[in-house]
Amino acid sequence: MNDIIVKNITRIIIPFAQVYGIFIILNGHVSPGGGFAGGAIIGTTLILYTLVFGREKGKKKFSHKASEIAESGGIIWFVTIGLVGLVVADRFLTNINAGFPEGIIGEILSGGMIPLLMIGIGVKVASTMISLFNLLIDEGV
Amino acid sequence: MVILNIVIVVFLIVCALAIGRIKDLLGAVILFSAYSLMMSVLWLVLKTPDVAITEAAIGAGVTSILFFAVISKTKRYEK
Amino acid sequence: MRKILSNTLFIVLFVVLVYAVFQMPTGANINAPAYNDIARHYLENGASETNAANIIAAILADYRGFDTLGETIVLFTSVVAVGSVLRSTKHDKEVRDHE
Repeated sequence: MNDIIVKNITRIIIPFAQVYGIFIILNGHVSPGGGFAGGAIIGTTLILYTLVFGREKGKKKFSHKASEIAESGGIIWFVTIGLVGLVVADRFLTNINAGFPEGIIGEILSGGMIPLLMIGIGVKVASTMISLFNLLIDEGV
Repeated sequence: MVILNIVIVVFLIVCALAIGRIKDLLGAVILFSAYSLMMSVLWLVLKTPDVAITEAAIGAGVTSILFFAVISKTKRYEK
Repeated sequence: MRKILSNTLFIVLFVVLVYAVFQMPTGANINAPAYNDIARHYLENGASETNAANIIAAILADYRGFDTLGETIVLFTSVVAVGSVLRSTKHDKEVRDHE
């Protein structure tokens, strides 16, 4: 796409949308939102970048290798946090009893392992969105 | 509030019927996107902001883009 | 004949479904089947047990963490399935060049 208006508007919008997505992920345990919604917003901005600036530039920003790492890394991160609970407190995915810091309720540093899990889910969902789109676009090229 | 609910639900029903009737698949995807956007407003009215955010991002954003990608690989008009 | 039969069936089904909708308990009714002890336990003790202000995140990531793990695995499986079907490999290119 070679439209200067679309390109410039995209350049302005993408940082704000990505910051909003990160905000939703990190505030998932305080305000509405969470890993799934925030990850979907970040994935949408990556899709928008690929749509406007073309497949080659999009590949440079988020390559196939990076999506592989993010895909498997999200699940490995989740299972690792679960295994901490299994080792320390005898149950998979234990939260406060496994020694995760409690924090003060209502502040961003609270909720034990919930923010950590949300970060893992967010990375996973964002990379799922962009890789599904890339696979559909690349098919038969 | 009841009137707002009724307006949204009527819009949703009209959208859903139109998606079934229309022959142009691109138009069907755009109608589906409008359906999802109105559905997210309805979730907000029903006091579930979590689902509203997810519906707006996934239903109106990602799903329609994936459908567009599939349509660009196949035919635009239904036979 | 077939049209009359299908229309009658449609009208009967429509009436039954609309009747069923009006019989359902509304919103936060205490007689709703979905409202049992576990919901009250989450609402009363959720904040103190998990220290998260958003009770939905507490349920998703703490009480029902295993389900969320399954959800992420479903996403992973979808990407792997689409990739194994659609991804163009080196072998495909060789076959196409050969033709």
